[in-house]
Amino acid sequence: MTEHADPSKTWPQIKTVGLAGIIVTFSAELSEPGNRAAIAFRAAVVALEWPEVEESNSTLVSTFLRIDLSRFRPEPIVERLQGLITSQDWLSAPLPSGRTLWRVPTLFGTDRAPQLAEASELAGRSIADAIADLSTTTMRVLTIGFAPGQPYLGTLPDHWNIPRQTSITPNVPAGSLVTAVSQFCLFPYDTPTGWRHVGATGFLSFRPNSEDPFPLSPGDEMIFDPVSEAEFQRIEGTDQTGNGGAQTEVLT
Amino acid sequence: MSAALIVRSIGPAAAIQDLGRAGFMSAGLTRGGASDPTALHEGAALLRHAPTCAAVEMAGMGGSFEATADIRIALTGALMDASIDGSNVQWNASHLLPARSVLTIGAARRGSFGYLHVANGFDTPKYLGTRGSHLSAGLGRLVVVGDQLPTCVDTSINVGLHLVPEQRLDGGKVRFIRSMQSDKFDAAMITRFTQTKFRRDPRGNRQGIRMDFEGDGFKANDQLNIVSEVTIAGDIQITGDGTPFVLMHECQTTGGYPRIGTILPADLSKVSQAPIGSTFTFELLTFDEGSAVQARANVVLDKLPKMVKPLLRDVSTIQDLLSYQLISGVVSATAAPLDVDEGNKR
Repeated sequence: MTEHADPSKTWPQIKTVGLAGIIVTFSAELSEPGNRAAIAFRAAVVALEWPEVEESNSTLVSTFLRIDLSRFRPEPIVERLQGLITSQDWLSAPLPSGRTLWRVPTLFGTDRAPQLAEASELAGRSIADAIADLSTTTMRVLTIGFAPGQPYLGTLPDHWNIPRQTSITPNVPAGSLVTAVSQFCLFPYDTPTGWRHVGATGFLSFRPNSEDPFPLSPGDEMIFDPVSEAEFQRIEGTDQTGNGGAQTEVLT
Repeated sequence: MSAALIVRSIGPAAAIQDLGRAGFMSAGLTRGGASDPTALHEGAALLRHAPTCAAVEMAGMGGSFEATADIRIALTGALMDASIDGSNVQWNASHLLPARSVLTIGAARRGSFGYLHVANGFDTPKYLGTRGSHLSAGLGRLVVVGDQLPTCVDTSINVGLHLVPEQRLDGGKVRFIRSMQSDKFDAAMITRFTQTKFRRDPRGNRQGIRMDFEGDGFKANDQLNIVSEVTIAGDIQITGDGTPFVLMHECQTTGGYPRIGTILPADLSKVSQAPIGSTFTFELLTFDEGSAVQARANVVLDKLPKMVKPLLRDVSTIQDLLSYQLISGVVSATAAPLDVDEGNKR
């Protein structure tokens, strides 16, 4: 039985995390409202500028506040959090404004992204339909983690709820778009992975020598526009920034 | 031109470290920083500078370093043999490294990470605001032969200080508290965890250290339904085969394995410093006990500058060793040889 089916558990839950902080979790499993609540709640806490909060983060369905609990008692902070939780229905809260929509030129398939055919078959789609699914779904940055700047993006239509591979691909290059469980990851480095490699981009989500080393934030949206192999090579040959030809719009 | 240390030889895993960079959790980057932050506080106390100053962290093996000018240094962390132009110098102490002299640091005799500090820290490039390397994120790099490590400006001449370090080089008892997923483990499972004797496994790095043990693995209830969630340094993560992994300073920001609890920051250096094969037990404290223990440990760190004493000029390395053993007491004196035996059996 999953936790959300347990009537004794109510959501959201507030818990301490070691002595490192306090976490507010909005649902037992990944859901669109739970993720939206985590992002919106974090924005609300950041705006309040509580002096105890050293930094904050939103994960798939939680907001985490880093607070030194050897210096500050958790109880008064938990009380304030409960007040903020009951101030509105966070599961129907809008995402904060000022987020960015990224349109990223993407080469689907070819020898640069060799698992498109395999992934399409698992999703029960022709290659053409698969590219249409993967390139027209507006994907949200659900959270950033695993590697610096690395987004988890969701979610694709249900037929893309395909499992991870049982084996690990030893290396996919930086900028690779990979998929599993109706999500994308976009890798900032060359990395081993159990997700299937369906697209290549020149978009680096961690740019350590740039003024803006982490271009993405949770709540941003991404669309992976298909481009030809020739256009992709042109972008690769000219882009020095790590932006990979991406265009941006501010979401209001 | 500012003074520098020229690296003449170096172990395979030495890097510039400081207290890490906070504020990038939401970008997927954990704080990182020195494996033994206490050693940075000790070096700071010995050289009368801030604990945020950058030092060279030497994993297992030291190196040799030539000074381009007179440089004040301090040595802390894992015990290593050190000499300046062939004359032994004391660990856990500050010294003058005269211009053109060579400091030689050997392999770790106890513990894993030794630290070479210079007055006011190294003036190496900053990455995202600080100098500490975050090797798993690709920030900074290992120190290599031929590097010239510039030092910050220093106007003091005060050297010849030493301190008695907090005991943390041989494993032992590590205190932890419950965390957000501890309630996924039955009370009996947690009790068995606290009664189990663990050994530091060879499998470990700056992200996490595996704990080996005899007997059945540990298991959370509902293990497959855990959503990936925030991880912090000190988390004791139970992997799929039931083995605990202690997450270290360069761990990822989130993880999908359940955590049975979280080690107090004050005890985490015991895990990083313990050589392979060292034995551990985990003691569960209540939240209030753990919070109080940590608050006291913070005060001890703040008071370190007051604990520094002048070094007698004729104190030899042998006398240092004796004083160290007296402090560490009976338990570690017997535990150390045992650990070696256990390590050899593997």
